[in-house]
Amino acid sequence: MALINSRSSIRAGQTSPHKLALNSTQRVMGLLVLATLPGLLAQTVFFGWGTLINVLWCVLIALGCEALVLKLRQRSLAVCLSDCSAVVAGVLLGLALPPFAPWWLSLVAVSFAMIIGKHLYGGLGQNPFNPAMLGYVLVLISFPQEMIAWLPPMGLEGHNNSLSDAAFAIFGSGVDAVSMATPLDVLKENSSLTINELWQANPVFDGMAGRGWLWVNVAYLAGGLFLLWRRVFTWHAPIGMLVAITIMATLFWQGSGSDSHGSPMFHLLSGATMLGAFFIITDPVSGATSNRGRLIFGVGVGIMVYVIRAWGGYPDGVAFAVLLMNMAAPTIDYYTQPRTYGHHRANKGMPKRD
Amino acid sequence: MTDNTAAKNSAAHIALNGLWKNNPALVQLLGLCPLLGVSSSVVNALGLGLATMMVVIGSNIAVSLIRRQVNDAIRLPVFVMIIAAFTTCIELLMQAYTYELYRILGIFIPLIVTNCVILGRADGFASRNPVLPSAFDGLMMGSGFAIILVLLGALREVIGQGTLLANMDLLFGPVASDWSITVIPNYKQFLFAILPPGAFVFLGFLIALKNIIDRHLEQRRKSRASVLPSKSRRVRVTGNI
Repeated sequence: MALINSRSSIRAGQTSPHKLALNSTQRVMGLLVLATLPGLLAQTVFFGWGTLINVLWCVLIALGCEALVLKLRQRSLAVCLSDCSAVVAGVLLGLALPPFAPWWLSLVAVSFAMIIGKHLYGGLGQNPFNPAMLGYVLVLISFPQEMIAWLPPMGLEGHNNSLSDAAFAIFGSGVDAVSMATPLDVLKENSSLTINELWQANPVFDGMAGRGWLWVNVAYLAGGLFLLWRRVFTWHAPIGMLVAITIMATLFWQGSGSDSHGSPMFHLLSGATMLGAFFIITDPVSGATSNRGRLIFGVGVGIMVYVIRAWGGYPDGVAFAVLLMNMAAPTIDYYTQPRTYGHHRANKGMPKRD
Repeated sequence: MTDNTAAKNSAAHIALNGLWKNNPALVQLLGLCPLLGVSSSVVNALGLGLATMMVVIGSNIAVSLIRRQVNDAIRLPVFVMIIAAFTTCIELLMQAYTYELYRILGIFIPLIVTNCVILGRADGFASRNPVLPSAFDGLMMGSGFAIILVLLGALREVIGQGTLLANMDLLFGPVASDWSITVIPNYKQFLFAILPPGAFVFLGFLIALKNIIDRHLEQRRKSRASVLPSKSRRVRVTGNI
């Protein structure tokens, strides 16, 4: 996504000579939303209508917050709202929140992401942190009880695919939905069963990863590959993250005993791995800039995700890992400046000023 | 004493400086550690705010009294000794009269010694001014700090827990046990506001609010000033003035 041109050149209808087509913010964001559709579909199928309602509700709040701040900052509503970056933040948060997350939870997360995470830092292109992850982490540390309440996936007792129940759970006083721990959570809490016993004892597991989670992650992978094919971003960050998770999970697998941390396939296809790898760490604003930098950024996120999952206090660590690496991004950029053609060595950091 | 220093020592000037223009918490950003650490509820904030205020008044008076006897080279260690002595007094007093609160505030009471506001006022004001202005400066700087502390505590208590003035009996005894107000009934705890990151965000908003008010006042002053010259009639006007 580093191919985004500045707004003025788009308006003039120009692009750099080595690029074949305009790559406006609007087009990139539109493709991004399009690519989340398979994941959204899979999540709706496996975890009920809640996800879809959440996404729509989050997009609505994101647009509202964006419009509010733009009005306060006396910016043009039409130009900034139509670049779709608010929609993307809303969609990503809606996908990340649990399906039956009450309306106020989404409201807190999205408004914090848009107002404090994005606009207080100066708006699109200025935010040091990924706004969606900032909102997610805020509600994760503030309301842990609501945030771990995932629903039983399709095919299990308690699976709820009624539209009215979902709407009532989110906007009403809530229904008695059966909430169920995610596979990552169950594996983390497990201390006595071997992996085979755990897989048999707990129906949330199925095959290589969790029931439903496998297909959700495959769907995000498909969306991500589509974006790679459309050259919305380069392969460096996602591949770096996935390879790092694979290597870490292989090194610290510890077999199939009760102290196992799960197989590499389990880590790749569970939790928010694929969503994070293709839709979150590829954010051009808060990530690293050069290709080498992006590779390092991705590897850092991958290692951190595994460390948090295996030894940290939370079952999944994508959001924390992304925020931690966002903080490291300027340092990564400092050390990975590419060599300019015709020069022997790359510049490091800012030029000297007297 | 010149007119300038006399104006600087006037009560109104000292009060304005301590409470608004040079507020230790909002402008100088001193003493952030206790400010962020204990402002999770009104009672904690008020307890530490009062303790800090007493220390800063006491140390200002003491420093002002000995200002002619102390050599410049050794002034800082002397000031720190004085501040530490007052802090110990306050700590013992709190241990005696508000033991529960003393337990809750914990390490932050001895840490008053390291609060830069106190050393800053001792060195910047009390060591150059007579006793009375110094004491008043201590009172104003201390209240400026305490007011922001309590404001932050109230904000974080309402948003974090939905209550206000809870557990005030820790500070004021059994009389205050029914002061607690439930602002939002059936409120779910908003942990972020209670945890230190929340304090940073809320302090940021308070500083922004102060800057907005300052800018507004400045604009009003300017517009009033620009009106004034037009009152003086001129016989001939050429071009735009």
